[in-house]
Amino acid sequence: MKYRSLPLARSAGALAAAAALAVVAACSSGGGSGSGGDADTYTWWDPYPQHDESSAWAERVNACGEEAGVTIERTASDTTDLTNRALLAAQEGTSPDIILLDNPAVSTLADTEMLTTVDELGLDVSGVDENLLAAGVVDDQAYGIPIGANTLAIYYNADILAAAGVDPASITDWDSLTSALAQVTGNGDQGITFAAIGTEEGSFQFLPWFWGAGADLRDLDSPEAVAALELWKGWLDAGYAPNSVLTNSQNTTWEEFLTGEFAFAVNGTWQVNSAAEAEFATGLVQIPAMNGGAAPAPTGGEFIVAPAQSDTDRYDVTRQIVECMTTPEGFVETATTFAYYIPPTAEGQDALLTAEPELEPWVAAVREAKGRTSDNLGTDYPKISEALWTAVQNALSGSATPADALAQAQADAEAALG
Amino acid sequence: MTTTSVHRTGRASDGAAGPRPAAPAPERRARKRAPGSASTWTAIGFAAPLLAYLAVFYAYPLWRNIELSLHDYTVRSFVLGDPAFVGFEKYAEVFTANAFPTALVNTALFTLVSIAFQYAIGLGLARFFHANFRLSAVLRALFLVPWLLPLIVSSSTWAWMLNSDHGIVNSVVQAFGGEQINWLTSPDTALTAVIIANIWLGIPFNLVILHAGLQQIPGEVYEAAALDGASPRQQFWRITFPLLRPVSAITLLLGFIYTLKVVDVIWIMTTGGPGNASLTLAVWSYREAFGTGQPDFSPAAAIGNLLIVIALVFGFIHVRMQRSWEKS
Repeated sequence: MKYRSLPLARSAGALAAAAALAVVAACSSGGGSGSGGDADTYTWWDPYPQHDESSAWAERVNACGEEAGVTIERTASDTTDLTNRALLAAQEGTSPDIILLDNPAVSTLADTEMLTTVDELGLDVSGVDENLLAAGVVDDQAYGIPIGANTLAIYYNADILAAAGVDPASITDWDSLTSALAQVTGNGDQGITFAAIGTEEGSFQFLPWFWGAGADLRDLDSPEAVAALELWKGWLDAGYAPNSVLTNSQNTTWEEFLTGEFAFAVNGTWQVNSAAEAEFATGLVQIPAMNGGAAPAPTGGEFIVAPAQSDTDRYDVTRQIVECMTTPEGFVETATTFAYYIPPTAEGQDALLTAEPELEPWVAAVREAKGRTSDNLGTDYPKISEALWTAVQNALSGSATPADALAQAQADAEAALG
Repeated sequence: MTTTSVHRTGRASDGAAGPRPAAPAPERRARKRAPGSASTWTAIGFAAPLLAYLAVFYAYPLWRNIELSLHDYTVRSFVLGDPAFVGFEKYAEVFTANAFPTALVNTALFTLVSIAFQYAIGLGLARFFHANFRLSAVLRALFLVPWLLPLIVSSSTWAWMLNSDHGIVNSVVQAFGGEQINWLTSPDTALTAVIIANIWLGIPFNLVILHAGLQQIPGEVYEAAALDGASPRQQFWRITFPLLRPVSAITLLLGFIYTLKVVDVIWIMTTGGPGNASLTLAVWSYREAFGTGQPDFSPAAAIGNLLIVIALVFGFIHVRMQRSWEKS
């Protein structure tokens, strides 16, 4: 008869154990980095886990905190994770004070009313290039400041071009680029590599051609859009581009280029250092528009945004921290720290060019660039983009013609947007 | 049936205990049954951690998934917590989507072809290693490698091997005079490519369980069969296979459920593409929720629930089959 032994004590013990378990569970779930508790500690999230506590970047962040008289608690995670965490934190009311957010995500988060506008925070954005600021503008309200911008251009292998007798300066439109590809492949080298993977990266890389043909994201099956997709498809069919572009991410593309077998690779500002260290001479041309001139490439890069707080007194210090990060000197420092950011203000760009004149083509490219969520696309962009990259995949893999694939994409996008 | 009989016996024993002359034991027992007494609390106290665990880690996520699928969650309503209730609209959207028939057929092909090959190869290898020759343990351990590698490593390696232009598989094919096969980038072969990778990943699981199953079969049965003049082929089909049936059934069921849920292998190798060529239900669910710039949790949850239902159906079929075997 086990029951005889002190039932009360036992039940008390078991209940205590259960309670302890509950407390442990409660503690672990409440351990997020919420703000609002400590008036002297400001939380900061960014997508740069490669820069640890002792890095120059972390020191800069801390310095801006010290200047405003507070301590900054910085947490770094990768881009996708950061967006998801920001959404969860907003849901639980534990948003950090400052987030550095990938620019296409800004309008998505702004739509949830979790971000403050620059007016609410009292920030001056008059100096920021309009084309860059536009990615964070929803219904005429700006929700953050770009801390820097990057974009796409075409890197070339100078040795291969010289061997094939191609003058990079001759590449000014699609026809001259395609004939350059014919020349290098005729000479036994590989042509061009780019990323057409079925994710956002695929759309990101397709957009310069899409926009360069004069197409509009609201009208995916326009003749201009079909022309852009036919250009890519034509390159694959002619063997100017490898079939693997369909599964290439931008990183894979770059690795292919670094093998030295490819004449051209479409890639971003962030490869500048790597290109300089390549075992062959590299150069840069801007992505040409269909009929000549530079095509608008999409902008990449993070915005500095301030999520709404229940304690609005915190905004004053938040503003000081943001201002500290976005002075012209601050922009140049950010640019050099990451080696792949072009400052978003004319003043910052001039200062950067004084220090590093070889970045001139990138500054020009950023000035031509266009935000993906611009044109008031906002939260519609991700859905349109999904339809677009699916069309690119279907056309390049041969399961549909470019025209059919894009017609389907337009129908899908319209259905998704309701 | 079972519950009523338990109930009845319970009551019968109570009845038997009741009329007995007043003894301390039954009295205590009677007090124990009364609600609110200490021992009831003891029982609840002991069960509480388990119940809390079940509620937090099983019931809540399941309920939440159903709730997500019945509301129209956008990023905005997710944060603001005010999604509109739409009933089964999201399920209707999923069922009528262009991708649905493709995903359903792909899921069936991916799952059935994968487990058929995994089982057949796993059983063959288990039989082979059962012979216990020299180094068989070492070789068997080597066959576990696919299981031990992180999926990101094995999937990326497969993606490289199957690369159209630089992959080792194509260089072998071309060395023998074949044409370049666009394994991952052609809509005709993408599904085959991910199935091949998944078969390789699933063999160790089948090998281990079936090998353990083989060791349960007593050696005397084979000796007796050999004395009766059964050929090795007959021994396999008449002894090994039937005696292995319960183990096979559970291996196939677990394999089915694992394979049904596979996201990582396909996502890393093709992201379900090109287009939707290698899209399965699980990958589709992941793509809706996390694959685009804008999370669509509601349709993703609806697809997830559909997968749960499919897995449940096969679970019930397994239980049914097991019952009928036990009876016979």
